[in-house]
Amino acid sequence: MSKNYWRLIKTSVFLFFLMPFVGLIFDAIYDQLGANPIETLHFTLGDWALRFLCLGLAITPVRKIFKQNWLSRFRRMIGLYAFFYASMHFLVFIVLDLSLSWEALLDEVPKSPYILMGLLTYLLLIPLAMTSTNAMQKRLGKKWLSLHKLVYVAGTTAVIHYLWLVKTIDGEPIFYASLMFILLSYRLFNYFKARWSLSA
Amino acid sequence: MSFKLLSTKKHHLSHEITDKRVFENRRKIIKAAAGTVIASLIPAGVKAEIKKYADVPVGPYSASLASTDYEDVKNYTNYYEFTTNKTDSTVLARALKTSPWSVTVAGEAENTGVFNLEDILKSNPLEERVYRFRCVEAWSMVVPWIGFPLANMLKRFKPTSKAKYVEFTTLYNPDIMIGQRGNVLEWPYVEGLRIDEAMHPLSFMATGMYDDELPAQNGAPLRLVVPWKYGFKSIKAIVKIRFTQTMPATAWNKAGPDEYGFYSNVNPDVPHPRWSQSRERVLGASIFTPKRKTEIFNGYGAEVASLYAGMDLKKYF
Repeated sequence: MSKNYWRLIKTSVFLFFLMPFVGLIFDAIYDQLGANPIETLHFTLGDWALRFLCLGLAITPVRKIFKQNWLSRFRRMIGLYAFFYASMHFLVFIVLDLSLSWEALLDEVPKSPYILMGLLTYLLLIPLAMTSTNAMQKRLGKKWLSLHKLVYVAGTTAVIHYLWLVKTIDGEPIFYASLMFILLSYRLFNYFKARWSLSA
Repeated sequence: MSFKLLSTKKHHLSHEITDKRVFENRRKIIKAAAGTVIASLIPAGVKAEIKKYADVPVGPYSASLASTDYEDVKNYTNYYEFTTNKTDSTVLARALKTSPWSVTVAGEAENTGVFNLEDILKSNPLEERVYRFRCVEAWSMVVPWIGFPLANMLKRFKPTSKAKYVEFTTLYNPDIMIGQRGNVLEWPYVEGLRIDEAMHPLSFMATGMYDDELPAQNGAPLRLVVPWKYGFKSIKAIVKIRFTQTMPATAWNKAGPDEYGFYSNVNPDVPHPRWSQSRERVLGASIFTPKRKTEIFNGYGAEVASLYAGMDLKKYF
């Protein structure tokens, strides 16, 4: 297919993935964020970060199982969107929830294991976003693949972050934890399969 | 409606402290004025339904605080009997039929049995109490409740000397309360107070708020309000009151004994095991307003601290 065709598709997908963010901006402008606007912003952005993380991790299994290689063209964009939504989620936490107060941060963060887990997740995503360019991929060579396996850790800490936050464990956190478990099990299964076939 | 004239979202709210009487008078005057304007705009048949409790007097202990926007209080409720979503509960709770309603009184009391809510209301004159409401999730609001002191009602049941605690139970009806079909909590929801806490003049039974009937999602037709404790102690849709010798096993305590104690007094110095309780997000404030520092006993220490004299509040959280 032509280059222009792919450019159009990619631009459309890019704009599509931006919609949740645009939606929040509109909701904020029109005062539609509900009784607790900061929480709505914070949670919605966190939800989307997790969704994109799952989506990014689903690319490889879906591509291989259904033999749809074109899907990998969207992997970087999805990964960067996960980072974008995670960054906005982090910013809302620091700027709006903590009101940029060191006092509040030092008081609240150490008492909240789920926040520490969220911060760890975000820290893990930073090097992945920074090395997402073609140039960095080339420069790092084989190390790039090893480095980007960090996303498996980030996926795990992200769902733990969610599970530790909720008062009762039901619906959504269970859904994402299960989905993440399946996506990561696929890798684990392949890893052991490869090792087994090598030693056999 | 008329309420909006007084307390407009995001401008009037937060902790604008006004002299109480000035504030309440202003409230009533504006209410009356707005009532007249609105009354002239609506057909006669509808009038009676609006502001059922507009004439209810302001009782003691009311905080001199501007109330949170009515819409926010109505559409941000934890009502796990329906859903864990604080907004969806507004729609789901509409299915609940709150009249007729009866309350079963049992246990260590002389006057036990089944009582019609109407009869209970007849013998308990209504008053308004503007209380702070602090959720264990670290958000807060200010609500003008309509109801009567819990002690007034409990005394009529003549609890005996064996009554050391009072246990409250919410309606169990999974056909309507669809959240009860799942097991996020053990149903029915149970809450409890020590008898001296229950008899304290701050403990309140609400049947209304904002001069009107209690919306279903806010606990209609009868809910507890204990302003110095985390919100989950203020049990909704009460169908049973039991006087007991032993400490009741409460719903959240059973769900997480390390996280939700029987007392659950608001205390900034005792963090929840998974988050801090030292600050609270005040609903209705601007998104750039920092969180408010949580006060011990939610600011009602002068009234209730003596109930816990000599007790280690970290141990009895």
